Amino acid sequence: MTTERVSGVALALLAGIVLEECWRLRLPLGTLANPGPAYMPALLALVLLGAGVLIVTLGRDTTPLAAVRWQEWRHTLAILAACAFVALALERLGYRFTMALACAFLLGVVERKGPVATVLFAVGMAAGTYYLFDTLLRVQLPRGPFGL
Amino acid sequence: MLETLGNLALGFSVALSPPILLYAFVGCVVGTLVGVLPGVGPLAGISLLLPATFGLDATRAIVMLAGIYYGAMYGGSTTSILMRIPGEAASVMTCIDGYAMARKGRGGAALAIAAVGSYIAGTVSVIGLMFLAPPLAAFALRFGPPEYLALLLLGLLVLAYMSSGSMLKSMAMAAFGLLLGMVGIDQMSGYFRFAYGVVELGDGLGVVPVAVGLFGVAEILATAGQAAPPAVIKPRLRELLPSRLEWRQSSAPIARGTVLGFLVGILPGSAHVISSFVSYAVEKRLSRRPEEFGHGAVAGVAGPESANNSATSGAMVPMLALGVPSGPIPAVMLAAMMVHGVSPGPLLIQQQPALFWGFIASMYVGNVVLLILNLPLVGLFVNILRVPYPFLYPAILVFSILGVYAVNGSVVDVWIMVVMGVLGWLLRKLDFETAPIVLGVVLAPMIELSLRQSLAMSDGHYGIFVQRPIAAVLLAVGLTLVLMNLYTFARRGLDWRARMAMAERGEDSS
Repeated sequence: MTTERVSGVALALLAGIVLEECWRLRLPLGTLANPGPAYMPALLALVLLGAGVLIVTLGRDTTPLAAVRWQEWRHTLAILAACAFVALALERLGYRFTMALACAFLLGVVERKGPVATVLFAVGMAAGTYYLFDTLLRVQLPRGPFGL
Repeated sequence: MLETLGNLALGFSVALSPPILLYAFVGCVVGTLVGVLPGVGPLAGISLLLPATFGLDATRAIVMLAGIYYGAMYGGSTTSILMRIPGEAASVMTCIDGYAMARKGRGGAALAIAAVGSYIAGTVSVIGLMFLAPPLAAFALRFGPPEYLALLLLGLLVLAYMSSGSMLKSMAMAAFGLLLGMVGIDQMSGYFRFAYGVVELGDGLGVVPVAVGLFGVAEILATAGQAAPPAVIKPRLRELLPSRLEWRQSSAPIARGTVLGFLVGILPGSAHVISSFVSYAVEKRLSRRPEEFGHGAVAGVAGPESANNSATSGAMVPMLALGVPSGPIPAVMLAAMMVHGVSPGPLLIQQQPALFWGFIASMYVGNVVLLILNLPLVGLFVNILRVPYPFLYPAILVFSILGVYAVNGSVVDVWIMVVMGVLGWLLRKLDFETAPIVLGVVLAPMIELSLRQSLAMSDGHYGIFVQRPIAAVLLAVGLTLVLMNLYTFARRGLDWRARMAMAERGEDSS
């Protein structure tokens, strides 16, 4: 299995999903002369399908999937977890608390920096950016419990 | 001519007054910082700082916001060249050869070429804005929906054609970007498409979260865990002077980028992004050694950087003369002007000459300020990037989230950024380019609207696209690009771009 073939199949699958969704959402296709809201998505899905098939067909002798290196996956997962936490907590816990926790996690747990550096960076980053944007520049950032 | 010079003198009397000069300087510094920080581009920067101008009078506020705009365009090249992370979307092309130059020890020269190119382009394009705005705006007014559709399609085809990998894969990514741009309320029928009940998706996927996710977050995901994370390449001040050969290699691309950027800038679309893409393609096609592109070609930095700065002034033409924004950033600028009680349009020059000409003159002043900031002070700005990577990437992530959230105050945008980050990371693994996706998202609503308006104009006859000369020429150029690609593929199986991609992977392409 090569990377090209995997991506070609993925593109074809995506095209199938788009076409299926156009049908499921009952979006009118319209006509060639009077395109409806499903016209362009369907047309683009067909382009993707064609591209996917061509990529699969032509992608026999390209990089094997096994040759792709994923050595950073632990960091990637940790960063994604931090991002997901921020997205979930931002409007519940407030900007400062959420960002401080996310930074502390990334620095202390993922990067294994010392507790002093971690706390200083996390609190400084959260409070500093809040002061700059919310207080000085008046960009409203979410506050959490107790106005934090 | 004399009248224009007289007006310009009036403008300089406004722009060189200490308060205006101060706000132009502040705008340029903040803009450069905004541009240097990956993930916080001019759109987010202007949006973020718009509330900060509420207490100022109109002239100061607009001069400062304009400073942020072109300051960000200048600053965006720094992270692109030294970290391969575009400070903003228009710097994507600079990443390719700028970073390659930096890895060869020519990072300082790349920064200097980008700064000088930006200065020349910025200054010349303001002259263009002053003298050529009326006829150029009149020409752009001849563009109807068929011409716009042809132009937008050509932009995508040029982008796909110039990619160092396969045109097929780039076109697939462009189609994918266009599909992403279809999310939200259909402008003509009001149908919700692929929004799945998420109200915030009604307005579609924002360009900012998509671009920040695909470029900023994806880069962090790909590099944060590496045993040797990408060191910020640190140019010394004495390395800033390009060699005589590098100056020679950059002069023609700067000139071409300036003209091309200005012309693309006055047309609707994400002008500075498209202009840098098109400039890169043009330079690659005109080069005697296209194989050098991707490996540190000077023209690959000089052309796109000049083009995106020139486009900044070009984008002001329809905004100031007609009151029509040509892209998301001019739209935010227009909104900012209206907040301050200024209505851009044909009457602006007559009714508020001091503001209009002061704004024009402040652009000259801003370009000088930016050259001073970007050459001798580049070391100072680079210090931001000298923070160890384990500290730098959480900071970039915080600014990315902050910038994305602040545009609409929506957590949905943060989720979009995260999803795009994962997608960008996976696509890099599979050797796909992500720049066409961003362009697709920007152009999708315009392409769809133009198609449907064109068909409404012609009672459903597709012949309208070949009957109108400008549209026909633009489509013919696009078709030629596709045919050229098919021809080289049929003749040899591999064209120069495919061979170059193979060479990059260290494979034998013979």
